[in-house]
Amino acid sequence: MSEIKPKELRIIGFLCNWCSYGGADTAGVSRFKQPTDLRIIRVPCSGRVDPLFIVKALLNGADGVLVSGCHPRDCHYSDGNFYARRRLEMLKRFLPFIGIDEKRFHYTWVSASEGARWQQVVTNFTKQIHMLGSLHSKTGEQSES
Amino acid sequence: MRVGVFICHCGNNIAGTIDVKKVAEEVRKLPGVVYATDYMYTCSEPGQEEIKQAIQNERLDRVVVASCSPRMHELTFRRTVEKAGLNRYFLEMANIREHISWIGEDKELNTKKAIDLVTMAIFKAIKNKPLYSTSFKVNKRVLVIGGGVAGMQAALDCADGGLQVILVEKNPSIGGMMARLDKTFPTIDCSICILGPKMVDVAQHENIKLYTYSEVEDVKGYVGNYQITIRKKATYVDWTKCTGCGECMEKCPSKNAYDYFNFGVAPTRAINIPFPQAIPKKARIDKNYCRQFIKGKCGVCAKICPTGAINYEMQDEIITEDVGAIIVATGYGLIDLEKLPEYGGGRYPDVISGIQYERLLNASGPTSGHILRPSDRTEPKTIVFVSCAGSRDKSIGIPYCSNFCCMYIAKQAILTKDHIPDSQSYVFYMDIRSPGKGYDEFTRRAQEDYGVYYIRGRVSRIYPKGKKMVVRGADTLLGTQVEIEADLVVLGTAVVASQGARELAEKLHISYDTHGFYVESHPKLRPVETNTSGVFLAGANQGPKDIPASVGQGSAAASKVLALFSKDMLESDPAIAVVNPNACVGCLKCLQTCPFGAIQEEELRGGKKVAKVIQTVCAGCGVCTSTCPCGAIQLQHFTDNQILAEVNALCQR
Repeated sequence: MSEIKPKELRIIGFLCNWCSYGGADTAGVSRFKQPTDLRIIRVPCSGRVDPLFIVKALLNGADGVLVSGCHPRDCHYSDGNFYARRRLEMLKRFLPFIGIDEKRFHYTWVSASEGARWQQVVTNFTKQIHMLGSLHSKTGEQSES
Repeated sequence: MRVGVFICHCGNNIAGTIDVKKVAEEVRKLPGVVYATDYMYTCSEPGQEEIKQAIQNERLDRVVVASCSPRMHELTFRRTVEKAGLNRYFLEMANIREHISWIGEDKELNTKKAIDLVTMAIFKAIKNKPLYSTSFKVNKRVLVIGGGVAGMQAALDCADGGLQVILVEKNPSIGGMMARLDKTFPTIDCSICILGPKMVDVAQHENIKLYTYSEVEDVKGYVGNYQITIRKKATYVDWTKCTGCGECMEKCPSKNAYDYFNFGVAPTRAINIPFPQAIPKKARIDKNYCRQFIKGKCGVCAKICPTGAINYEMQDEIITEDVGAIIVATGYGLIDLEKLPEYGGGRYPDVISGIQYERLLNASGPTSGHILRPSDRTEPKTIVFVSCAGSRDKSIGIPYCSNFCCMYIAKQAILTKDHIPDSQSYVFYMDIRSPGKGYDEFTRRAQEDYGVYYIRGRVSRIYPKGKKMVVRGADTLLGTQVEIEADLVVLGTAVVASQGARELAEKLHISYDTHGFYVESHPKLRPVETNTSGVFLAGANQGPKDIPASVGQGSAAASKVLALFSKDMLESDPAIAVVNPNACVGCLKCLQTCPFGAIQEEELRGGKKVAKVIQTVCAGCGVCTSTCPCGAIQLQHFTDNQILAEVNALCQR
């Protein structure tokens, strides 16, 4: 973790209650150390994540957004994660049009038993955002685009 | 708005790496917060009492508890605020233990993050609305999937408790793995002698409806009201006529059918009754081996059957059953010998698995209880047992211990000596794992009284030499190479998830781990519950388990179902989608996306068509809410405004 600069960036995670939130809990219970930048919002299903939440977050101050749900075919609500995948895949392509690097957004699948995988996901995504730097410079202008 | 914030130390779990006093101090400054405090153990009785007192004294109308995961204690604190007169949905939790204090080392950063998470929870709590549950009727019937010892125990306990039980078993007979065993450890009790009467009880119980050779095809509904579709596979024998006399089996000319019951250690006939104590004791034709099906002519069984039960035209039957709860007891599978090339990979007939050896020991097995080598049917004198065949081996993706192999190997070694007094058994082991009542004494008895030679070390290779099998391995205690010329090698093969376990989990919406074992709701405190309410687990589908543990879990799952059904009405979760008919434009995109068919079209008095949520069917995923183009359908407790409040708490730049 030494490569990560000490200054924290703002990363928001939308996690489904049944798999990924549980996975993050499992990582906690297993004491899998992670960078501290991420703030998690619990939603019932990744299918509940409206792409607009992500856009709003990125425009209003977040430097990165992570969405994680149940693995395909293992959704607590049958196929909520399939809807999520379609929407989020669209969003990924749309982000550059509003001047946001699509690398600032990532979606993945982590099950409730995959604490180690969650640690990997968080560490890698935090590294990626730190490599991109802050999206919102102090003058209020976006540092890219 | 009067928000009260309670920050838990959780002993040192939270307070060790988060400055809880500072968190309380900072959030006290936020608008709407009138009370913020920290406490050693908020979940303890005095901790909960403090919340109740504060609600009354400070006239709080929102409560935020910052502690462990809401998956752990949300229900606890919801009950607490409810007891103090608040609506339970006015509680919000901030997970500062699993998501902060246990994963971050820097106290300053942790404290900053904790302030953020508590702020988010406060913003959300302020937007929360009171919600009220409605009650609905419970169908007091229970489905048990799997007729092994765990499923049978669960079915019998439920049935004795007065519930109607539907027991579905995919094989032609109930009994599962235990019915195949010769003896059980550590008492060397006869397995079928203690299981047989239970099987008869299941068959004769007036409250149990048994579907064997059947599989669950589809599951619809929710706790209290499930609709189950069951496929009753064609047996090509009319079971209402079959008396189980077994004459067809004697005369069947197709003698090389795979015997699933004996794990293929010897062939069976294409039409067969799996074992003498089978329940139901009825014949079934294996289509893959029957000459009538392969060549289109034979019909010997039809000619011989005294009751005319054979029906080659039989089709699968689809049955539907309505139940209120489901117990999953689908058991385990065993690793294929092909995945273990160093042990011959299944190429040598005299290298067999433990369960196959069990059948050779069994009086109702293919050798009538005489230990004979599969290759030449001679009595083996030197027998080598290899424990951990596949288990505790990361390289093949099985890092876990299979739980009961150490014990059954000791048992089989003892039985071998009883069967063939001049035989010598060797056991290669990594560790002897015998943590159970009388278990360690038992493995010692094998060594001390029966002269079984235990070698600590792994086997590197097994290869044939003449009529013998050479087992080459290491003795790590003596630090030498060992080579034993064995007549028979028995592998303690790894326990794996049963075939079709993943597909069934997907039908039931329960989770499974990377190995395919089902995940319980809490590893310590909710061992038979799943995250899907109304679905319970019993036995080895959740991880390798021996008989007493499986039976215990079967009873535990049954007691959970009985407790659930002790009420006539269940309370529904009010966190479901609600349509605002004024905002709805009637595009019905929600109807198309809803995974549960919980939305229907409704015509208002003015003729306007809008969407309507069927309350009992909605499961609360919120897919519709993110689909609606005009925000007219909102998932309660997770509305757009509530989630955005959390986003805004973080992003105010």
